[in-house]
Amino acid sequence: MFQAFFVDPFVMIYDAPLFFVEVLVSGLMAGVMYALVALGFVLIYKASGVFNFAQGAMVLFAALTFVGLWELGVNPWLALILAALVMIGVAFTIERVVLRPLVNQDPIIFFMATIGITYFLDGFGQTIWGSEVRPLDIGIPNEPFMDLAEMTGLYINKFDVFSAVVCSLLVALLAGFFTKTKIGRALRAVADDHQAALSVGIPLKTIWTIVWSVAGIVGLAAGILWGSKLGVQFTLALIAFKALPVLILGGFTSIPGAIIGGLIIGSGEKIAEVYWGEAMGGAIEDWFAYVVALIFLLFRPQGLFGEKIIERV
Amino acid sequence: MIYREAGQFKTSYKSDQALLPIAQDRFFVMALVAFAYIVIPMVANDYWLNSIFLQFFIFSLAALGLNILTGYAGQLSLGTGGFMACGAFSAFKLATSFPDMHIVFVLFLAGLITAAVGMFFGIPSLRIKGFYLAVATLAAQFFLLWLFNRVPWFTNYSSSGVISPPPIKLFGDYYITGTQATNLTQYFFTLTLVIVLALAARNIIRGHIGRSWMAMRDMDIAAEIIGISPLKAKLSAFAVSSFYCGIAGALWAFLYTGTVEPLAFEINQSFKILFMIIIGGLGSILGSFVGAAFIVVLPIFLNSAPAMLGLKLSGSLVTHIEFMVFGALIVFFLIVEPHGLARLWGIAKEKLRLWPFPY
Repeated sequence: MFQAFFVDPFVMIYDAPLFFVEVLVSGLMAGVMYALVALGFVLIYKASGVFNFAQGAMVLFAALTFVGLWELGVNPWLALILAALVMIGVAFTIERVVLRPLVNQDPIIFFMATIGITYFLDGFGQTIWGSEVRPLDIGIPNEPFMDLAEMTGLYINKFDVFSAVVCSLLVALLAGFFTKTKIGRALRAVADDHQAALSVGIPLKTIWTIVWSVAGIVGLAAGILWGSKLGVQFTLALIAFKALPVLILGGFTSIPGAIIGGLIIGSGEKIAEVYWGEAMGGAIEDWFAYVVALIFLLFRPQGLFGEKIIERV
Repeated sequence: MIYREAGQFKTSYKSDQALLPIAQDRFFVMALVAFAYIVIPMVANDYWLNSIFLQFFIFSLAALGLNILTGYAGQLSLGTGGFMACGAFSAFKLATSFPDMHIVFVLFLAGLITAAVGMFFGIPSLRIKGFYLAVATLAAQFFLLWLFNRVPWFTNYSSSGVISPPPIKLFGDYYITGTQATNLTQYFFTLTLVIVLALAARNIIRGHIGRSWMAMRDMDIAAEIIGISPLKAKLSAFAVSSFYCGIAGALWAFLYTGTVEPLAFEINQSFKILFMIIIGGLGSILGSFVGAAFIVVLPIFLNSAPAMLGLKLSGSLVTHIEFMVFGALIVFFLIVEPHGLARLWGIAKEKLRLWPFPY
């Protein structure tokens, strides 16, 4: 027991350091993908204080729409734009039908409503597009860089690198959007204080629609990347559960937190699975991330980068 | 006119502290219990007894447990499924290790074990709150299910990972589990258990512990200042809640399904129970029952609705449409009555009091 937990894994790491680097890198890449899903949660939580459980369903729905349109013979770029438009439509409908009548309710009511939306979107997407697994090939080969492998012996997957680049671009874009544009400033104002934002003339409803649309489009990106990895199917909706520990680790309100949290969870999970998984009975990926996040939370209850919780009576 | 407490004077402290101070309420509850004990067993067939009532009782126990934690103590939890699984598996281990132990005792002990596990997973609640805590309780859900899936000791080394509780006698020749058990025995047993546990919950809640939970829920810092220990209040809420969930899980495995695998207690089960208490009403015992009834009956209704309308749809399409309607109805109910169905009953009571002379 002791040997399996505290000796063997380190011996393995020492014996094959290159393999360790590979595991670490693939974990980091997976972490970036988790971060992409977590980003959708953060955007909505920041702007409206709603814990949007439907983010996973939105990822699935966006990916299903994209693949469905593509299979119908639509040009992929056009399909991408159409899917983005559909997600904006979804955001508009959600704001109109669900959020507006619930204004001023407790956060838990909003949370439940988003679970309702989750069920609805899961059912709706599969009613329209069917529930079979659809392969998605966006033209990026799922193979390692051969040159690098020959030179150093490191196997690093091209697709992982591609998705990491896409994620970084998206994050940079979002950061620019939040800090440089007028709408971005309005979004941050709303996130800071709803009432103050309203009183200086920022239309809350429009802002909510925009934020849900942006989260939908981030969901589309996540859906395409995850979909080409796993195939577009119902399990895509379940990656929301992977994003949740990332979220509490990084803090609900922090975009950099989502990224760093994703990296920590992704690499930690992979390393634990590869080196300690055997000793603990395998398939520990399901809960390992939650336990890591919990341990972090015991020391920083608001997550790594969350706003400090100040309470007054 | 009918529902009015005018003229019902309380002349002793005892009557002032009664569970149901209004005579009409007392009468109504007694009539309901009598109905459940006498009329339903006479008219209901096996399908109703087993698929609807048994399921309803078990879910209302679980909902009661979650309502204690979320509705009364204000700690949002998504780990209900995990705790139910814990109850089911510990009851299984107890029943197979000590075959002579009485079923009531088995259930009680399984509840206690689950309470201990619940307290352990409740420790983070001392540090973190709100949605952070909700996500943290998911750790309990995933970890417990993984444990029961992966560690063969819990399933008595069954190769499929599925547990089948042994046949147990309630008393005499009446079997309560296994193939020889009749639906009627199971119905009476669960009904009695539910009534006893609901009464217990009602009394815990209006007592000292319950009031400290509610103070904690309404404002934890203020509660601490008036001398309520958050450690005791929060952990006791987790313990009592898990006790109820554990018994519900054990009943689910032993009486309702007969064989059970960890997958039966997956995350969707937790959400289902959360829906029950939200739709029924947070912080209301009546709400737990109403919500459970609603969520149990709704899928059965949705399942048979297309056939009733004469539509022929493929199986998977029906499932997807069911999902859609279920989600839409949840949202609809939240918008119409965010405080739950129990609140509707409260409003009706206010109206009835003045009816038919509103002044």
